[in-house]
Amino acid sequence: MEESGASSVTVTGKGPGVAENETSASFWTYTAGLAFALLLTAASFIVAQTDLLWPAGVPAGLAVLAIAQMGVHLVFFLHIGTDPDHTNNVLALAFGVFIVVLVVVGSLWIMGHLNANMVSSSAVMEMQR
Amino acid sequence: MSAQADVIELAARQARPAASGAGPAPVRIIVGYGFWIFLLSDIILFSALFATYAVLRGETAGGPSAHELFELRHAGIETLALLLSSYTCGLGVLAMEQRRMSAFNLCCALTFLLGATFLSLEVSEFAGLLARGAGPSRSAFLSAFFSLVGLHGAHVTVGLLWLVFLMAQTARRGPLDFVRRRTLCFSLFWHALDIIWVALLTLVYLMGAR
Repeated sequence: MEESGASSVTVTGKGPGVAENETSASFWTYTAGLAFALLLTAASFIVAQTDLLWPAGVPAGLAVLAIAQMGVHLVFFLHIGTDPDHTNNVLALAFGVFIVVLVVVGSLWIMGHLNANMVSSSAVMEMQR
Repeated sequence: MSAQADVIELAARQARPAASGAGPAPVRIIVGYGFWIFLLSDIILFSALFATYAVLRGETAGGPSAHELFELRHAGIETLALLLSSYTCGLGVLAMEQRRMSAFNLCCALTFLLGATFLSLEVSEFAGLLARGAGPSRSAFLSAFFSLVGLHGAHVTVGLLWLVFLMAQTARRGPLDFVRRRTLCFSLFWHALDIIWVALLTLVYLMGAR
């Protein structure tokens, strides 16, 4: 369907902005994406609610499933791919991921250490007395 | 001179758009790229709230904890509604590309209904929490929770309003190029909200309900 649309575009010589990057999307792309997303969501709920995984490993398992599902969404719904047209999108995504990891991991790391080294608030009141 | 400029512009338009320096890319690709950068900055905004929540989720100040407050079944229905709405939204973009306008309208209506279902479930959850005295001022954990989930809900609300405007504009103007670009941007926005929800579901509900 998309192929015929794209070729009719070149034939009629329509201007820019016409269906060029929709060639990667089709009904089956979205359906496969939905199926993968539902599977991964179901897996997350099973991991969270049962003792299938070693209890201490559950957060790590959930994180892996969530990251996998985000990847599925990026590829099947947002169509981030290896197409030359996507180079800029992928670079921007890489930078975004870098900043997100920096913010989240950095905050957790710093606040965890602050917590561990912090004098409790009752002890501070003792000192002020 | 102007004829030469015309030739150059024509060549630029016919060139295959790529990052290889073959000339200006089509408007659609540039618009998609610009909107993608906006979405990434929005995700970075969310990452700050995710970090806040992750740091503060144990600070209940003697109040109710995540384990006591959240129901996984509720969150599961919300997830299902949002996932299906993302799917119908994607099909809507396909229908728009193929100029099947009645299919487009059907997909948009389904997307709106599923999005509204999600939003009403979230509002009822918030109302239930407030009724139990677990409002945003109860503890640092609940402040972080309401900021994070509330911001996502606000995005869904804006998305639903945008969808209504998009449907009205499509009905009025038909599948013109600029309408199709806006449809593409809306679908990117809606799918990005889904990605944020996946992270939210995992961190807040699945990890919290244990």
